Amino acid sequence: MDVEILSRIQFAFTVAFHYIYPPLSIGLGLIMVITEGMYLRTRNKVYEDMTRFWTRIFALTFGIGVATGIVMEFEFGTNWATYSRYVGDVFGSALAAEGIFAFALESGFLGILLFGWNRVSSRVHFIATIGVWLGSMFSAIWIVVANSWQQTPAGFHVVGEGMRARAEITDFWAMVFNPSAVDRLTHVWFGAFLAGAFLVLSVHAYYLLKNQHVDLSKKAFKIALIVATVASLSQLLSGHQSADGVAENQPAKLAAMEGHFDSLAPAPMYIMGWVDKEAETVTGIGIPGGLSFLVHYDFNEPIKGLNYYPEDERPTAINAIFQFYHLMVAFGISMIVLTLLAVFYWWRGTLFQQRWLLWIFVFMVIVPQLANQFGWYSAEMGRQPWVVYGLLRTSDALSQVVTANQVLFSLIMFTLVYTLLFVLFLYLLNKKIKAGPYAHEKIQHSPQHESMADVLKSDE
Amino acid sequence: MLFLNTFLGVDYPTLWFFVVGALFSGYAILDGFDLGAGAWHLFFRKEKSRRIALNAIGPVWDGNEVWLVIGGGALFAGFPILYASMFSAMYIPFMLFLLFIIFRAISIEFRSKEPMKWWRQSWDIAYSVSSATLAILLGVVLGNVLQGFALGPNFEFTGHWTEFLNPYAIMVGITTLALFMMHGAIYLTMKTEGRLFAKVTVLLRRAIIFFIVSFGLVTMYTLIYIPHLTDRFKSMPLLFVVPLLAFLAIANIPRLTSKRRYKLAFIFSSVTVALLLLLVAIELYPVLILSTVDPQYNLTVYNAASSTKSLGIMLTIAAIGTPLVLGYTAFVFYTFRGKVELDDTSY
Repeated sequence: MDVEILSRIQFAFTVAFHYIYPPLSIGLGLIMVITEGMYLRTRNKVYEDMTRFWTRIFALTFGIGVATGIVMEFEFGTNWATYSRYVGDVFGSALAAEGIFAFALESGFLGILLFGWNRVSSRVHFIATIGVWLGSMFSAIWIVVANSWQQTPAGFHVVGEGMRARAEITDFWAMVFNPSAVDRLTHVWFGAFLAGAFLVLSVHAYYLLKNQHVDLSKKAFKIALIVATVASLSQLLSGHQSADGVAENQPAKLAAMEGHFDSLAPAPMYIMGWVDKEAETVTGIGIPGGLSFLVHYDFNEPIKGLNYYPEDERPTAINAIFQFYHLMVAFGISMIVLTLLAVFYWWRGTLFQQRWLLWIFVFMVIVPQLANQFGWYSAEMGRQPWVVYGLLRTSDALSQVVTANQVLFSLIMFTLVYTLLFVLFLYLLNKKIKAGPYAHEKIQHSPQHESMADVLKSDE
Repeated sequence: MLFLNTFLGVDYPTLWFFVVGALFSGYAILDGFDLGAGAWHLFFRKEKSRRIALNAIGPVWDGNEVWLVIGGGALFAGFPILYASMFSAMYIPFMLFLLFIIFRAISIEFRSKEPMKWWRQSWDIAYSVSSATLAILLGVVLGNVLQGFALGPNFEFTGHWTEFLNPYAIMVGITTLALFMMHGAIYLTMKTEGRLFAKVTVLLRRAIIFFIVSFGLVTMYTLIYIPHLTDRFKSMPLLFVVPLLAFLAIANIPRLTSKRRYKLAFIFSSVTVALLLLLVAIELYPVLILSTVDPQYNLTVYNAASSTKSLGIMLTIAAIGTPLVLGYTAFVFYTFRGKVELDDTSY
């Protein structure tokens, strides 16, 4: 395999793995802010226990998120040197802002959030929780701004030619508010809230089914259900906004998402289907003229299809883009249906008697994660063959001096390390869930604590 | 360079050079003691000692690592051409750096999560080896930057990927490890009590000797074999005050530790780290990486920099953000001041 494909696999793999964790941090952060806020208002200890429990799980996701996040920053330089030279001037200020405004806030207060329970007042601790959550939210802003700039570049001009060409910033705010930035940011935020809320729903549904920590779990489930319902409904709106943006700014991507080949014809919108790239057909169920309606509010308006664009300016993995996009939408709809159903039973007062529904929630935890992953796959694959849309090709963005063997080495390294990391993550997550929300109190009374006391007495 | 914007008479690329330098100094001072403490980890034999040593850095190591992320971001943002050339030239060391930074993080997270002896011992080894290797790799990269790279047309690296492993770079790597181990041992003296504290003071004495010997060797090697680094001092004798101050700061550390004034010693070892990096900055400026092929391919703060517009925006961001970062860093350190106390939230 050549350097390009290896570097693409490596970046895709490392960023996809990383993206399991930050949405959980953002989503759990929101839930923790709510539960700790409830604790400060009500002084009901159950909310404190809830917050402490989720803080312990948050710590796990945050730690892995940080460790795997530095990787991409380095990869820009190591694997994508030409890209770094090209975008550094524009991209740089977003990255610098992320580091200084978001990441420092997040990691700085993390110490107090995790280890400060017995050291600072409950108010100061609450401020730290908010600080960590805001840090993760801000972090999403700058990263999505940078990625959106690659999708819809704005606020720059190109200086120099050939290998020395680069984009230089002309208008910071035009760069920040590039055409797709706001829509994509809200989409990412709501996706993250869903990832966090569904993890909380899953764990507490499990406790309820096992008849454990019932009072705490009912309260936590309701809080997370409200977040999940609001977020999944909002996601529909924000998804529509994003699709409108794609239609306007990246029409070739939109055509790939719906498998629309004809250069100018009314386009259907599929619910599901299979793309045959050679025959340029889609077999599936769809609404005739649906895409035309979505874009122009007219079923007969023609839409520019893939064949409208030169062959080397359109994405190649059409079926994959189509499938990832449609799966994301299907997962999104399933979250809306499920949360509304749960809200209905809540209103009827029988929510916690619907054991079948609780079982579905136990396994639903994977769905927002897959929706987040697949959404990004279709967004990034749909941008190809460009790394910066219309300006810089992915194949031109590589490091000139790095060889295939070097990338193969690091790819194998990341595969092994991340496999280990993922196994450990699942193992410890499971362990923390099994230990339950009162684990921090148990420690002080369990027999294990006695042996710990012996250890504490002996010294070096 | 008349067309460049200036602030207080200093042009933007130079200003940004000092911002990046300050960020990396901050990183070296803060994560330096984490890495140093980690390198000592296996020297502590008892489970409780290891837990205390780990929890001495527990609440702060993550925040400290952020300085690397910000420093890297600042380098990418301000000097993208340098970032691209250096990172692609040193692909393997940077990948190894990532490997060990991940391993350090997960060893800290995971070691105390299970009581089994084999589990803790494995993570202790992973943690200590990662910390020590990270310190060495940082030094190796610095050693290469001091020596210069085989940069050719378009500032692309023209050498072989194994060239990063040369005697000088390894010497700088070992010196960096020694410096961090000294710095980390001083940090641990402030965080420990009783017999563990007594043990740390013994280790600290060894660390000081280790550092002074390796630093002396590296200094001699530099003076003899890498003459271009000392040119600046010949042309501007006034700058000799910086190495002089560095030597004084180093000499002050054994004096203070023998008087058991550890807090002051920690300040001086932090100052030492900062002064040594300032020394590097003076030796290099305005060149960032010397081309060993042809001086016309030297990467300088000017030809590697982002546009003035971009630098201006980033300087504004830094001016707003730095006081905030310093504020809550200080708050966190204040909250966790004093000796380590293990409780239900500890690692």
